[in-house]
Amino acid sequence: MSVLTRSRFLLGAGAVTVLGLGYACGGTRTASLAGTADMAQRVYVAPGDHDELYAFLSGGFGGQVGVYGLPSGRLLRTIPVFSQHAENGWGYSEETKPMLETSYGFIPWDDLHHTALSQTNGEDDGRWLFVNGNNTPRVARVDLTHFETTEILEIPNAAGNHASPFVTENSEYIVSSTRFSIPSPNRDVPIEEYKKHFKGQISFITADQPGKMDIKFQLIMPGFNYDLARAGKGPSAGWMFFTSYNSEQAYSLLEVNASQNDKDYIAAVNYKAAEACASSGKGRRATVEYRHNFMDEFSRVARSETKTSVLQLQPADCPGVVYFLPTPKSPHGADVDPTGEFVVAGGKLATVIPVHSTVKMLQAIKDKAFEGELEGIPVLKYESTLAGEVQEPGLGPLHTEFDGKGFAYTSMFISSEVVKWNVATREVVDRAPTYYAVGHLMVPGGGTRKPYGKYVLAMNKITKDRYLPTGPELTHSAQLYDITGDKMKLLLDFPTQGEPHYANAIDAKLVKDRQVKFYKLAENRHPRVSRAEREAGVERNGKMVHVRMTAIRSHFAPDNIEGVTVGDTVLFHVTNLEQDWDVPHGFAILGANNAELLIMPGETRTLKWIPTKPGVYPMYCTDFCSALHQEMQGYVRVSPRGSTVALKANNSKGPSAGSRGPN
Amino acid sequence: MTVRARWFILVAVALLATGYVLPLWRVDLIAPQYPEGLGMLIRIDGVDGLKENDLNSINNLNHYIGMKTIEPDAIPELKWMPWILGGLIVTGLGVAALGRRLPLYIWGASLVALFAIGLWDYWRWGYDYGHNLDYEHAIIKVPGMTYQPPLIGRKKLLNFTATSWPSGGGIAMGVAAGLMAAAVVSTARRKVEG
Repeated sequence: MSVLTRSRFLLGAGAVTVLGLGYACGGTRTASLAGTADMAQRVYVAPGDHDELYAFLSGGFGGQVGVYGLPSGRLLRTIPVFSQHAENGWGYSEETKPMLETSYGFIPWDDLHHTALSQTNGEDDGRWLFVNGNNTPRVARVDLTHFETTEILEIPNAAGNHASPFVTENSEYIVSSTRFSIPSPNRDVPIEEYKKHFKGQISFITADQPGKMDIKFQLIMPGFNYDLARAGKGPSAGWMFFTSYNSEQAYSLLEVNASQNDKDYIAAVNYKAAEACASSGKGRRATVEYRHNFMDEFSRVARSETKTSVLQLQPADCPGVVYFLPTPKSPHGADVDPTGEFVVAGGKLATVIPVHSTVKMLQAIKDKAFEGELEGIPVLKYESTLAGEVQEPGLGPLHTEFDGKGFAYTSMFISSEVVKWNVATREVVDRAPTYYAVGHLMVPGGGTRKPYGKYVLAMNKITKDRYLPTGPELTHSAQLYDITGDKMKLLLDFPTQGEPHYANAIDAKLVKDRQVKFYKLAENRHPRVSRAEREAGVERNGKMVHVRMTAIRSHFAPDNIEGVTVGDTVLFHVTNLEQDWDVPHGFAILGANNAELLIMPGETRTLKWIPTKPGVYPMYCTDFCSALHQEMQGYVRVSPRGSTVALKANNSKGPSAGSRGPN
Repeated sequence: MTVRARWFILVAVALLATGYVLPLWRVDLIAPQYPEGLGMLIRIDGVDGLKENDLNSINNLNHYIGMKTIEPDAIPELKWMPWILGGLIVTGLGVAALGRRLPLYIWGASLVALFAIGLWDYWRWGYDYGHNLDYEHAIIKVPGMTYQPPLIGRKKLLNFTATSWPSGGGIAMGVAAGLMAAAVVSTARRKVEG
């Protein structure tokens, strides 16, 4: 919901007090005491029992993904994606640093807005979670067999990758598009020449092959702000719908200047037609620079490669590929219902929720019911695609999800509520308040052909008095509602990490039985692996000292190292020899100016350490691994520059040195 | 020797042959940190983890108490036992073919003796692992504590509860011994009656 500036929010908050009263007075809003017991039962997951669903909430400015169990709201894990994570060394260890390389250099942070689960035949399949980085445009793949980011692709010719990643029905593509239009290609021009030079772009990224994400083609679009997207299905299969705002093409004070037009546009993209246009040679290969980073499955070392060209298509050269659907007032979500017939737009400043019919759209295209053309893109007549409007839905409609039973749920940012309405009749049937200022919401499987339904989760920006206060910065929150009955019932209110902008949830059965429990040591192809203690040791290569080290309950081998001098760079390549579930080892050394390592069983991770003063430096295991965890330590002796102390390392002093552990 | 006795012997031989495929004994270890359990399957020619890496995990844990590493390749019995079992099977078939009383008695006595020696050896093996600990390097030393797993039954060994029972192959062999006994009784009774 970063599209609303703080000042606009305040303006909105003012509007609530005046206009919102009408919406705020309907029905009982607070749970009775008896109701509380019922609510507690519905979300109580007894100790040792598992949740019903995995929920993946984007971390927003945290650059990470939070994994929660539903209905309990318990935080299960944080998956680092675009942000360095000192806790486990993501983005600090030598193996993971290449994942954060971009054409702008090493970028340790991003603003992670949206999540999209991979699909097969239009249903969530639990293989991957795709996410986007908004600030330095990127998309990423998280592998759900081990809950780790395994691939990141930078998007060239883009700024503010907001309408992303949003997946097609068989994960053929995820998409990316510019929130900020920029000169194309980006270059030094006066900002006031916006209309002349600034362009938007929409990219289709192949996503069904792990490690092989690439941009199939880029559509060069008018210089609007592109916001959110959804793939079509059923009658709209092969189409993708993108909202846009700032059709005014304002480049300053957008909160006013981009709110002038009564209607902005949904861009309907026929990507099958775009594929055909691309293969017929109508595109142009543009010279660009972008990075593709991926984790090798067996060495578990990330590689970063530079790509230098991308295929660009001009809509004017590819008739039948892009159409504009006029849509009221700066739409945010473009949400396709489970049948694929309807596209619901959430016009942030609109007083109605327009519902477009994709069937009518296809007919209108056939009938050429155009009201004009924008840079070679036909603009369809509003009435020609409209199925109807939801009247008086509330204030600030943003995002709509579906339960698969014919109902839609729309988040209302300004009036701070979830509104339930009938997709066929477009009548509002229920409202539930949120606490406060709901951005996005999520029905498990709500964007698929077969929603799981049962719950709607509202993600809120403001929590004010909802929890124990924590100074000026307060937590964001999520609220879980039961949607199995006619009336939505609030069940749970829980704090979240970062700022969740979007979420997906999936039946736990599709994910939990496929978990990797540890990496197989025998398959570890890290170039500096030690598969047994006898393979550990030290080696000097000029000013570089490589320490191959093993970790197993409860010792490192070697654990005494001498002969390192000031001016050396030491690389600790630590292999966790364990082959058992839930036995990571940690590694930390005094004065390390990066982070620690958390090494999963069977894995090798490398920490770079540059000692600056002579002395003896302790190192130790940071993950409470065993009863003798506190004994899992060692020393590195650092001698002055030019010292003649020979480089040497002991092995473990135990009788079983060199033979212990999995051999 | 009766026809019935011959059939008993043939079935007993078939049951003995399952010992090549099915594990003879199974040891389960449960601890608070191992709710899913660890386990070992004792086979005629080896020791396997119940799950992949269970044997490694057990060896890793055993080093805390100074127990020797279980290395199936270093246990000589596991090399001889398949041959001994083969001998019992071949001679058993011979006994059934001959249909004479004396070879049956000799075969039956050998079977009982070999089973008894096998069980004693397995117990001795457990005793050795459980008692002959490397006290100098053991990390956890509990005075008077030994770690011999039970031959049959359940026993608490520090945080682990060890359970040991015959498995498919072991049960089949027990039944084979019973059938052998039935053949002997049937044959002996015929003699008395005859």
